[in-house]
Amino acid sequence: MRQQLLAGVISVLLLGLAIGVWHLATLPKSGAATVDSEYAKLVGAQAAAGSKSAFPTPVDLGRKLLDHLREPFYDRGPNDKGIGVQLAYSIARVLLGFGLAALVAIPVGFLIGMSPLLYRALDPFIQVLKPISPLAWMPLALFTLKDSNVSAVFVIFVCSIWPMLINTVFGVASVRRDWLNVARTLEVSPVRKALAVILPAAAPTIMTGMRISIGIAWLVIVAAEMLVGGTGIGYFVWNEWNNLSIANILSGILAIGLIGMALDLLFSRLQKAVTYAE
Amino acid sequence: MSFLQVQGLAKRYGDAAIFDRVDFAIEQGEFVCVIGHSGCGKTTILNILAGLDVASAGVVVMDGREVCGPSLERGVVFQGHALMPWLSVMSNVAFGVRSRWPQWNRLQVQLHCQKYIDMVGLTGAEHKKPAQLSGGMKQRVGIARAFAIQPKMLLLDEPFGALDALTRGNIQDELVRICAATRQTVFMITHDVDEALLLADRILLMSTGPGARIAETVGNPLSKPRMRQEIHHDPRYYKVRNHLVDFLVNRSKTYQLEEYRHEARRRRRV
Repeated sequence: MRQQLLAGVISVLLLGLAIGVWHLATLPKSGAATVDSEYAKLVGAQAAAGSKSAFPTPVDLGRKLLDHLREPFYDRGPNDKGIGVQLAYSIARVLLGFGLAALVAIPVGFLIGMSPLLYRALDPFIQVLKPISPLAWMPLALFTLKDSNVSAVFVIFVCSIWPMLINTVFGVASVRRDWLNVARTLEVSPVRKALAVILPAAAPTIMTGMRISIGIAWLVIVAAEMLVGGTGIGYFVWNEWNNLSIANILSGILAIGLIGMALDLLFSRLQKAVTYAE
Repeated sequence: MSFLQVQGLAKRYGDAAIFDRVDFAIEQGEFVCVIGHSGCGKTTILNILAGLDVASAGVVVMDGREVCGPSLERGVVFQGHALMPWLSVMSNVAFGVRSRWPQWNRLQVQLHCQKYIDMVGLTGAEHKKPAQLSGGMKQRVGIARAFAIQPKMLLLDEPFGALDALTRGNIQDELVRICAATRQTVFMITHDVDEALLLADRILLMSTGPGARIAETVGNPLSKPRMRQEIHHDPRYYKVRNHLVDFLVNRSKTYQLEEYRHEARRRRRV
């Protein structure tokens, strides 16, 4: 309890220190500097003159965040949507791709885990396909699926399938022999054995795979949306880079981190719910 | 014909036989213990009786039918209790009961399970998970699960091996009581000579492998009911106990040698 409190205090101090350093680093400098006129147009007169840092100060970011929080879901055309709308697009893509991957990976992983023959036959494919960066599939997806939205979901599908598949195979293959023997001596039907013995026994391992998958999916969606464009938090960040609004980029980065943490927290809860003490 | 008939049972891996030409029979309602050193194939024999393992040679016939796979007619209590840790005590027992009587409704299953949970003295712990139970309590659940399906025969693989002496004694007493009440046919593996003398009507002694055999069959001279607090006062107790211990210490190893000499002598004569 005491340690928890102390850890909280240290966290707050570190945050304060970081913001302090940031504040000092972005203090306005005295004296005029000569800068390129094109650059001056981009970053604004004050920044160009050197009286204000081009990088936003903590206060600038705070103001920007308040703006976003005040109106997260506005939609004023294709290039001006609220950060909440963009996040919703990204989350929807991730959940769709991840959900489809789970629907494939868990049943297939079950089959491979129960059959050493299938395991041997499919292992080379898994080993080759697993290390491929999901973004490498993007051109192929765009070519065959002919839709950038579907392609983004496909990329999420590809990147989330491997950890789930591999963990399901491992979890199913390493169910304790004793439990399977109990099921055998009690003449339990194969379906009941799969659902009532193997599934709960392997559930913690499967859930670990799902947690890894959702983390990777959230990493990949940002890059995928930067590529396909249109909507989503990845596109938002890239668009703000084109707008040179560093404060908005920072807001986007912070939002990505917070949603990523929330997803991980959700899956750690689910993981806890299916974990059993031996 | 006996209730359980084991004839010419052998298990070989390549040329090496773990045990060979194992024959024995068990009558209905009889409690039989097997004693022998580790590695002589006791557990393998039990697994073959359970239908979990396949013999290299020989047959097992129970109640007029050949054993060729696991069946609800033979309940097994495993060495490491093998409870499912994600299920409560009640659900663990119910898991088998639902297989045995699939037509039963929830209430029937629950009442039936409760009876067996009460029988092993776990009343009040129905909703606990195995991780919340002590080693002895876990093994009681294992016993309740095996008894609850009312098998024709019960197979116990060193069920008390991992328990402390006091707990072991208590559960042994329970087992004596339950077996007397249900007239259950039991085949049990043990390392413990005293346990065998308390529980068994007949004790099979296995020689040390490779090529292990049933070297001797010793009928328990102590009459039923046997009480743990009293049997060691019986004058016959130490005689038979010494006989068993002597076997484990000496004869289990020399048995094989004697057999070979015997065989060689016979061949010479021919």
